[in-house]
Amino acid sequence: MKAAVLVFPGINRERDMARTLRLVSGTAPAMVWHAETELPKGTDLVVVPGGFSYGDYLRCGAIAARSPIMTAVHDFAERGGLVLGVCNGFQILCEAGLLPGVLMRNSQLKFICRDVYLRVERSDTPFTRGYNAGQVIKVPVAHGEGNYIADGETVARLEGDGRVIFRYSSPDGMIDPNWNHNGAMNAIAGILNARGNVLGMMPHPENHVEASIGSTDGRGLFAGLVDHLAKAA
Amino acid sequence: MKARVTVTLKTGVLDPQGKAIEGALRSLGVEGVTSVRQGKVFDIELEGTDDRAKAEALLKQAADKLLANTVVENYRVEVVG
Repeated sequence: MKAAVLVFPGINRERDMARTLRLVSGTAPAMVWHAETELPKGTDLVVVPGGFSYGDYLRCGAIAARSPIMTAVHDFAERGGLVLGVCNGFQILCEAGLLPGVLMRNSQLKFICRDVYLRVERSDTPFTRGYNAGQVIKVPVAHGEGNYIADGETVARLEGDGRVIFRYSSPDGMIDPNWNHNGAMNAIAGILNARGNVLGMMPHPENHVEASIGSTDGRGLFAGLVDHLAKAA
Repeated sequence: MKARVTVTLKTGVLDPQGKAIEGALRSLGVEGVTSVRQGKVFDIELEGTDDRAKAEALLKQAADKLLANTVVENYRVEVVG
C-alpha cells in the first residue's frame, strides 16, 4: 500500500491516521501538504483525515476542499484511485463535490465525542471487504457537524444503488432514532460515490485498531484496503 | 465598490441553529416570533470595476465557488454603491 495522507492547516487527526496505516499495512504513508499540486508517484490510496481544517471557518471543509492538492485528488479519483475521507475528511469530500450531500450541524446542537455502533451494509467494496454485511462495529465519533443531509432524489439514489455503507445502529444492528446520534438522514454514517472508489464517513475507524485501546473494530477497514490493493497490484 | 452577499438555507432544510435561537427568543420573553432561520452576510469591497453588471457577475462567481454551498443554501447578491 502506498497511501498519501493529506494535511491541511487545522487538521489534527492526521497522525492517528498515519499511525494506523503504518500499523496495518507495514508502510508509513506519505504526508502531503495542501499546497502541493501533485500526489507522490505510485499513490494507491488517498486519505483525507479528520480535524478542523481552517478552523471550520465558512463551512466545515469548505476552504480545504478548494486547496491546490484537491485538483490532484479529483484527477486521482477520476482515474479510479481509492479515496477515504474520515470526519472532516468526509466534509471536505462533500464540499469538493467528490461525494453528494452535506454534513450539517448535529440535530441536538451538541458536539458528540463517544463510541458509536455502526452497521456495515455491504462487504463487497474495497473499503469493507474486511467485514461481513450486517456486521456491527464499535468505533468513536467526534464531531459537531455530522448530520448528513441531501435532497430526496440524491438519498433515493444512494439507497437504490446500495451506496450507504455505514449506518448508526444499536449494538445489535437495529436502526433506531435513539442510536442515530446526530440526526443524519436514514442514519447515514458513511457513503460511497457512484463509481465505488471514494468513501466518506463521520466515525473514526483509525482509532480502534489496537487491542490496548479496547477495540479493534476499525482494523477491518484498513486490513481490507491492504488486501484489495495487494490483489489489484 | 461595495457589495453584500447574503447566504441563507434553502426552504425545507432543517436549521437546528435557527431552532435554538427561536427557543432562546421565546425564553427571553420576545413574543410573536414564530420562526427563525439563520444565515450569513458577507460585506465585500471590490476594486477595478465601476460596472454594476460586471460586479454582480463576479460576486455570483464568488458565491457559487465558495461563499455558498448550493446543495443546501441560496444566496443573494447586492451591489450597495
